[in-house]
Amino acid sequence: MRPLTEEETRVMFEKIAKYIGENLQLLVDRPDGTYCFRLHNDRVYYVSENILKLAANISGNKLVSLGTCFGKFTKTHKFRLHVTALDYLAPYAKGFGVAAKSTQDCRKVDPMAIVVFHQADIGEYVLSIQVAQ
Amino acid sequence: MEAPNVEELLVQAERDEAQKLQRITVHKELELEFDLGNLLASDRNPPTTVRHAGATPEAELRALARDNTQLLINELWQLPTERVEEAVVARLPEPSTRLPREKPLPRPRPLTRWQQFARLKGIRPKKKTNLVWDEASGQWRRRWGYKRARDDTKEWLIEVPGGADPMEDQFAKRIQAKKERVAKNELNRLRNLARAHKMQVPSAAGLHPTGHQSKEELGRAMQVAKVSTASVGRFQERLPKEKAPRGSGKKRKFQPLFGDFAAEKKSQLELLRVMNSKKPQLDVTRATNKQMREEDQEAAAQRKKMSQKGKRKGGRPGPGGKRKGGGPPSQGGKRKGGLGGKMQSRPPGVGGKRRGGVQPHGGKRRK
Repeated sequence: MRPLTEEETRVMFEKIAKYIGENLQLLVDRPDGTYCFRLHNDRVYYVSENILKLAANISGNKLVSLGTCFGKFTKTHKFRLHVTALDYLAPYAKGFGVAAKSTQDCRKVDPMAIVVFHQADIGEYVLSIQVAQ
Repeated sequence: MEAPNVEELLVQAERDEAQKLQRITVHKELELEFDLGNLLASDRNPPTTVRHAGATPEAELRALARDNTQLLINELWQLPTERVEEAVVARLPEPSTRLPREKPLPRPRPLTRWQQFARLKGIRPKKKTNLVWDEASGQWRRRWGYKRARDDTKEWLIEVPGGADPMEDQFAKRIQAKKERVAKNELNRLRNLARAHKMQVPSAAGLHPTGHQSKEELGRAMQVAKVSTASVGRFQERLPKEKAPRGSGKKRKFQPLFGDFAAEKKSQLELLRVMNSKKPQLDVTRATNKQMREEDQEAAAQRKKMSQKGKRKGGRPGPGGKRKGGGPPSQGGKRKGGLGGKMQSRPPGVGGKRRGGVQPHGGKRRK
């Protein structure tokens, strides 16, 4: 278990920032406690300070997990975000879809054209219809 | 009274025998093919009972398996047996089924230096006998290897050659020469291996001083000499102005697990700030104004060109790339009033914060 290096932190922040933007600093700097990111077996865990201190007492090869797993670094040092991070990312999420056209095209297109794809499962679709009604 | 009992017993015994035989003998339309070397039995009979079983063929499958295994074991019992440490063991014949390759075929290796040379010169390997008659020991000895016929290091009497120093140790000289030959052979073998696997061999350039060496070679030689101590160069003294060698150790150093949490937080926030500042600050007002100005200029330039050359060349169309910007001229007029006006109404502070928020409409948003 070790803290992340500069490079690893940067890669991870860039990935997370794609989902929550500048609200990432609310994850880093929390009013209700000191939370930090730690790397263990290529996985990044978001863990509070007191839990970290407890986890330090377990030997490395016996420690399975601590705190919340945000994701892992692959063999080629890319960061892959895991679904276990959802609880922490959801309150700060920005945006709702993928752009269908480029910036320039968005400005020149007719009013009825599709510009954003909002991908959702059937439950969300039904819910949105209900809410619209 | 005993006779019927005995008869009953006999009948019972006969019935048991029949049952046992029934279990052992299996009737099959087609004989099975056996490969006892691999303990393999191939059944080519069509599995009609299994097909007719329908949804749950377990019982039929089990019966089929039992029958086939019984036949295989019957065959095994017919093999010649032998005794190995209080166990009766059947001797299996050679396997007749040819199993496919486990690993792929090996790649052809590049030729060694000798092989290349021999091919070039057309040298073919001469067939030599393994054993040579050794006069001194009076027996057949190997040509090379352990206890070879003519091993010059094993001679007990060496005459001092004519021009040599009488105090020189000829025996030691021969042993030394042999060691050098062995080392050279090993080096060549490793080089051939490295060539075959396309690996780099640590070169000994610079380690044999010639007096005409480049600065890099001398530097490398110095580094190698420094590191060739028992402590791998850790306690070697340095010249007064010499800098410590950097990048020599392989072990990475990480921050301690419980470092200063505040410092960690600060550095992470700083990193975030730098990251956010590097994002192109898409000021939409300025971007749209710039775009519109460019398009107006292009349109003006085109109009000029058309008026000058239009009459001569019959109005040739402008370059395709510029068309994109000047495409819908009707929207251009509306844009000036619309977007520009909307943007001007917002306070500049909000405009700055919208950096991240603008992206859903203005920028490419790819997840």
